[in-house]
Amino acid sequence: MAEAISAPGGDAPVDHTLSDDNYLTHGKGILSWLFTLDHKRIGVMYLVAILSSFFLGGVFAMFIRTELWTPGQTIMTADTYNKMFTLHGAVMIFLFIIPGIPATLGNFVLPLMLGAKDVALPRLNLASFWLWLTGATVAVASIVIGAVDTGWTFYTPYSTSTTTAVTAMTLGAFILGFSSIFTGLNFIVTIHKMRPEGMTWFRMPLFLWGIYSTAIIQVLATPVLGITLLLLVAERTLGVGIFDPALGGDPVLYQHFFWFYSHPAVYIMILPAMAIMSELISVFSGKHIFGYKFIAWSSIAIALLSFLVWGHHMFTSGQSGLMNMIFSALTFSVAIPSAVKVFNWLATMYKGSIRLAAPMLYALSFLFLFAIGGLTGLFLGSLSTDIHLHDTYFVVAHFHYVMFGGTVIAFLGGIHYWWPKMFGRMYSERWAQVSAFLIFVGFNLTFFTQFVMGSHGMPRRYYNYLERFTAYHQASTVGSFVLALGFFIMAGYLLHSLVGGEKAPANPWGGATLEWETTSPPAYYNFKHEMQAGDPYDLDALQWDPQIKGYVRKDPRSVLLSTGEAS
Amino acid sequence: MSDHARASSDGLAVDHHFENADQQYQSAKLGMWIFLATEILFFGGLFVAYAVYRANHPEVFVFGHQFLDKNLGALNTVILICSSLTAAWAVRAAQLRQIGMLKLMILLTMLFAFGFMGVKAVEYNGKWKHGLLWAGQYDPHAEDHGEISHDVVGEEFPEDAHVEVVSEETVVEASPAQLAADADRSAIAPAAEGPAGLAAPGSAAAEEAGVEIEPANAQTFFSIYFLMTGLHGIHVLGGIGAFVWLLLCARRGYFDSGHFTRVDMVALYWHLVDLIWIYLFLLLYLI
Amino acid sequence: MTALNLAQMLLARIAMAPDPQDGSFWMPPQVSTVAHSVDWLFNFILAISVFFFILIVVVMVVFVLKYRRREGQLAESSPSHNTALEITWTVIPVLVVIVIFFFGFKGFLDMATPPANAYEVMVEGQKWNWSFTYPNGYVDENLHVPVDRPVQLVMSSADVIHSLYVPAFRIKMDVVPGRYSKAWFEATVPGEYDLFCAEYCGTSHSDMLAHVIVHPPGEFETWLEKASSFLETMSPVDAGRKLFQVRGCTQCHSMDGSAKTGPTLLGVFGRTEQMADGTSLTVDENYIRESVLEPNARVVAGFEPVMPTYQGRLKDEEIMAIIEYLKAPTGASPEE
Repeated sequence: MAEAISAPGGDAPVDHTLSDDNYLTHGKGILSWLFTLDHKRIGVMYLVAILSSFFLGGVFAMFIRTELWTPGQTIMTADTYNKMFTLHGAVMIFLFIIPGIPATLGNFVLPLMLGAKDVALPRLNLASFWLWLTGATVAVASIVIGAVDTGWTFYTPYSTSTTTAVTAMTLGAFILGFSSIFTGLNFIVTIHKMRPEGMTWFRMPLFLWGIYSTAIIQVLATPVLGITLLLLVAERTLGVGIFDPALGGDPVLYQHFFWFYSHPAVYIMILPAMAIMSELISVFSGKHIFGYKFIAWSSIAIALLSFLVWGHHMFTSGQSGLMNMIFSALTFSVAIPSAVKVFNWLATMYKGSIRLAAPMLYALSFLFLFAIGGLTGLFLGSLSTDIHLHDTYFVVAHFHYVMFGGTVIAFLGGIHYWWPKMFGRMYSERWAQVSAFLIFVGFNLTFFTQFVMGSHGMPRRYYNYLERFTAYHQASTVGSFVLALGFFIMAGYLLHSLVGGEKAPANPWGGATLEWETTSPPAYYNFKHEMQAGDPYDLDALQWDPQIKGYVRKDPRSVLLSTGEAS
Repeated sequence: MSDHARASSDGLAVDHHFENADQQYQSAKLGMWIFLATEILFFGGLFVAYAVYRANHPEVFVFGHQFLDKNLGALNTVILICSSLTAAWAVRAAQLRQIGMLKLMILLTMLFAFGFMGVKAVEYNGKWKHGLLWAGQYDPHAEDHGEISHDVVGEEFPEDAHVEVVSEETVVEASPAQLAADADRSAIAPAAEGPAGLAAPGSAAAEEAGVEIEPANAQTFFSIYFLMTGLHGIHVLGGIGAFVWLLLCARRGYFDSGHFTRVDMVALYWHLVDLIWIYLFLLLYLI
Repeated sequence: MTALNLAQMLLARIAMAPDPQDGSFWMPPQVSTVAHSVDWLFNFILAISVFFFILIVVVMVVFVLKYRRREGQLAESSPSHNTALEITWTVIPVLVVIVIFFFGFKGFLDMATPPANAYEVMVEGQKWNWSFTYPNGYVDENLHVPVDRPVQLVMSSADVIHSLYVPAFRIKMDVVPGRYSKAWFEATVPGEYDLFCAEYCGTSHSDMLAHVIVHPPGEFETWLEKASSFLETMSPVDAGRKLFQVRGCTQCHSMDGSAKTGPTLLGVFGRTEQMADGTSLTVDENYIRESVLEPNARVVAGFEPVMPTYQGRLKDEEIMAIIEYLKAPTGASPEE
C-alpha cells in the first residue's frame, strides 16, 4: 500500500456528522428526481419501484396459495388461477428479481465502492430506469387488458394460440430486457475504467466481482431473450410460423431459445446475492474474507458456465439422449463454484468475532436456505431422477429456495446493511430480528412441503389436485401467511426509521470498503477527497468509536489520495 | 477535484465524474463495443434459427433463395460498403475539425442508407405481389413467380403425380380428410407435418416432366428471410436517425472543438449494420 | 462422525419404506422396473445432500456460538486463504457429482431404450384429455396394460405441448404437436395408478387425468377383447355413452345441465339453440354430426369456437352411437 500523503490542513478527512446537504436533499421536486443523473437517486428510485413490484408479485402469490387451500375451486376459476401463477412468475422475474440487486444496491454502492462520483455513463443509467418504468407500465397494462395465462415461460404453441394478452406482456418484458442490458453495460464500463488508484482487479471488493459477473450475463444473454420474445410477437401478430408445426415450424426450438437466456438469467439473480454475502459475512465476522481469489474466480466461472446448461430444463422435451447427457454433465460443473463459495464463507467465520445484527441474520439464513436450494438442484441435474421430478412441485420448491431463500434473503441482508448509508438512519434492531425470524420460519413452512409433494408426483401449475395432496398444500398456505406477516413488519420498521430512526454514523458496521468513508447519507458528489484503495477486507484497520456509535479508521489518511501539491 | 465539467488541455468538455478526457473517451468506446456485442447476440438468435432450419430442411432454402434477386442484393451490398466508407470518412473529418466535409459525409451516408431501403422496398414489393411472404401469409401466385425461369406450381402435371401447393390450409386438412375416406380404421390423426425433408408425393414423376416441385414448408424460407432482413432494416432506419442527430449536432457547432466521439460511436454502429448485411447477403442470396 | 452416521441411517429408514410398493416418505409406490433404480439414486443424492447440509448448518451454528463477539475481544488472527483446503473442498464435490452424474446417466439410458418386444400403444393428448389407441384400433380413455410386459407409448399431440407422467412408474415424456415422442415402461404390480399431464396446456390442465390399469397375468387380453367389441355387444345408447366418456366429450360437455367449456348436452336433442351468428336452429342428427366433424361451423351463442374436430377419429357407426345416446331420455348420464 502506498504511503499516504497528509491531507491539507491535517483535517480529519471523514465527516462524521450527518450533513444537511446530502444527495437526498440536494435538488428538490419530483423533476429533480426523474431527470437526475445521480446514481444514488436512481438507485433509490429503483428500490421503490422494485420493492413495489415485489409487493405486486407477492399479492399474486397470496392469491395462488389461498386458492390452493382446497382442491377444486376455492376462491377463483381455473382461468383466473392460471393467470395468477403466470403473473406471479412474470412480475417477480421480469420486474423484480432480474433488475433486483444490480439496479438498486448495485447502482447505489458501485460508484461509492470505487471512490468515484458516478457510474461511467450516467445518462444511460437514467435511460435504463426510464426503460424499466416503460416496460413495467406495458407489463402492468397487459394485466389490466386481460392478463396472460401461459406461465412465465410462454411455451409455444400454447402461447401463440391463446387469446390472452401475451403480445402486450412480452413487449413489456422486451423493453425491460433493454433496461437490464444497459445497466449491465454501464457496470462493465464503470468497473473497467473507473477504478481508483491502487484498486487492481484483485483489490476490488467481492461485491463488485459479483456485480461484474452478473453484468457479463446481462449483456450477453438478454439480447437472446429479446429476439425470442420478438419472434413470439411476430408469430402471434404476423403468423411467421417459426414455432408452429402447422406452418412448418418447431415448437421445441422456442424452448431452446427461451432457456438459452433464462438459464443464465437465474445466475443474474444469484450472483449479486452471493456478492452481498461476501461483504456481510466478512464484516459481521470481523474478519478478512477467506479465499478471495477463489470467490472472485468462481463468480466468473459461474457466469461463463451458465451459458452451457440450458438444456437441463428440457430433459423430457424429446431432445436426443446425447444432448441430455451433455447438459446433465455440464450442469453438475456449474454447481461446484457455488459450493466453493459456501465453504469459503464458513471459513471466514472461523475464529471471527461474530455479531448477529440484522444483516448477519439474513446472511446466516442465506447459508441455510441456499444450501437446501443448491443441493436439491443435484436431484434435478441428474437425468433419471429429473425425469420423475421435472414439472412437479419439487422444481417449484427448488427454485424458490434458491431465488427467494437465496437472492431475496441476501437482498434483504444488503438492504439492512446499506440502509444506514442510503438514508442516514438506523432501524429498530429488535423488530428486524422478529421479521427475520418470521420470514425464515414462514419460508420453510411454505416451501419445504412442496419438495415432498413433488416427489410424490404432484405436478406444477395445477389448479385442481388430488385429495391426498391437501395437507401439504395447506401447510404451504399457512407458511405463506407467516411470510407475509414478516414482510409487513419489515415495511413498518423500515419506513418508520426514515422519520424516527436514530441518525446513522458514516460507518455503523465497521466495513473497510470505500462507501463507508463518506457520510451517511453521502453528499451528492460522494466524496470530499479523492480516494485510494486499500485492502477492502482489512477490518483490523477500523475501531469502534462510542461517541459517534460507529467505526473509524485508525489511520484516516490511509485511504486518501494525494491532494494539492502532487500536480 | 471539482465536481463541474471542466475543460481539458485541448478544450474538450469532460463530464464531472471523469478524471480526464481520455477516461471519458475510453468509457464511451468500451460501452459502444459492448453494445455491438449485444446486437450480435440479438441477430445471433435469427442466425441460429436459420442454421437449424437449413440443417433440417436444406431443400427449402435451395428452393426459396431462387426467388431472391442476386443483382439487387449485390447492389445493396455495394451501397452499404460505400456508406461504411463515408461513415469512416466522417469520423476522420470530425477529428480534423473539417465540419464541411463532415456534413457532406454524413449526408452521403444517409443517401446510401436511403438507397439501401429503396432497393429493399423494391424487393419487398416484388415478393408481396407474388405472394411470397412469411408462413402465415404465404400464398404463391401460380401464374407468375417473377424472377426465375422455372415453371413451378400451376403447370400441367402427369396424371399420376399428386402435387399440392403447400399452403397453410392444405397442410392442416389434407391428412385427416384422406383418413376420413378410409373408414375401416379409426386412428390417431398423423402429425400435420410428415418426416423431415419429405418432398411432395409424385416428385419423381414431376421431375421427369421437367418441372420444379415446391418442397413442403417452402414458406419457412420466406419467414426467415423477412425476419432477418426486416430486423436489419429496422436497424438501418435507426442508423439513419442517428445520422440525422449527428447532422443536427454539426449544424449547432458541436464538433467545432474537435469533439468527435459521437461520430465515432455512430460510425461503429453503422459498420456493424453493414457487416450483418454482408452475412445476410451471403446466407440468403448466395448459398 | 458417528452422529452423522446415525442421522443417515435414520433418514434411510424414513426414505425407504419396508415395502417399496407402499410408497415412502418421499416417493409413490415402486411399480415399474425402473422405479427401483430411480428411487435408489434419489435416496443416494438425498443421503449426500443431508450429509452436506448437516455439515454446513452444524459448522455455521458452532461457529456462531463459539466465535460470538465478546466485549473487548477482537477476532483472533487467522490466515485468509489456504490453497490446499480450497483444492480439497473443490475436488471432493467434483468427485461426488461425477458419481451422481454417472448413476443418473445410466438410469436414463435404461429409461430411453425400450426392449424390442414392447407392446405398442398409440397415445394422443389434446386439450384436455388423453386417448389411448390399442393395436387392434380400439380407443380408450385410460391406459390398460398387462403386468410384467414392456409397453411402448408412441405419442403425439393434437394441439399444444402436453406431457405424459406416471409417478408410480417414474416416467415422463413431453407430447408434442407435429411429431411423435416415445416412452416405455414395464409395470411390475397390478393395480390402478395416476396418469397426469405435466406440461401446462390451458384451462383444464389440472383435470387432464387418466389412469393406468395394470392387469394381472392373463387378464389383459380378456379385457381388450371385451372392450374392443363394445359396438357389437352394447346397445347403441350404451355404446354412445361409453364413447362420450372415453373420447373426451365430458371434458367440455356436461350431462347434468351445467355449462362448461361447451354447452351442456343434457336434453340437447330437439332443443332450439341460439347460434353465435344470430340464427337459431333445432338440434337434430345432422347438426350433431356436423358438430363432431366441423365443430366450428355453427357455434352456440356464448361459447368459444374451441372444439377440436373428430374428423378421421370417429367412425360413422361411432358417431351414430353418440347420436343415439344424446337422443336417449334424460337419466342416461355417464359415470364421471
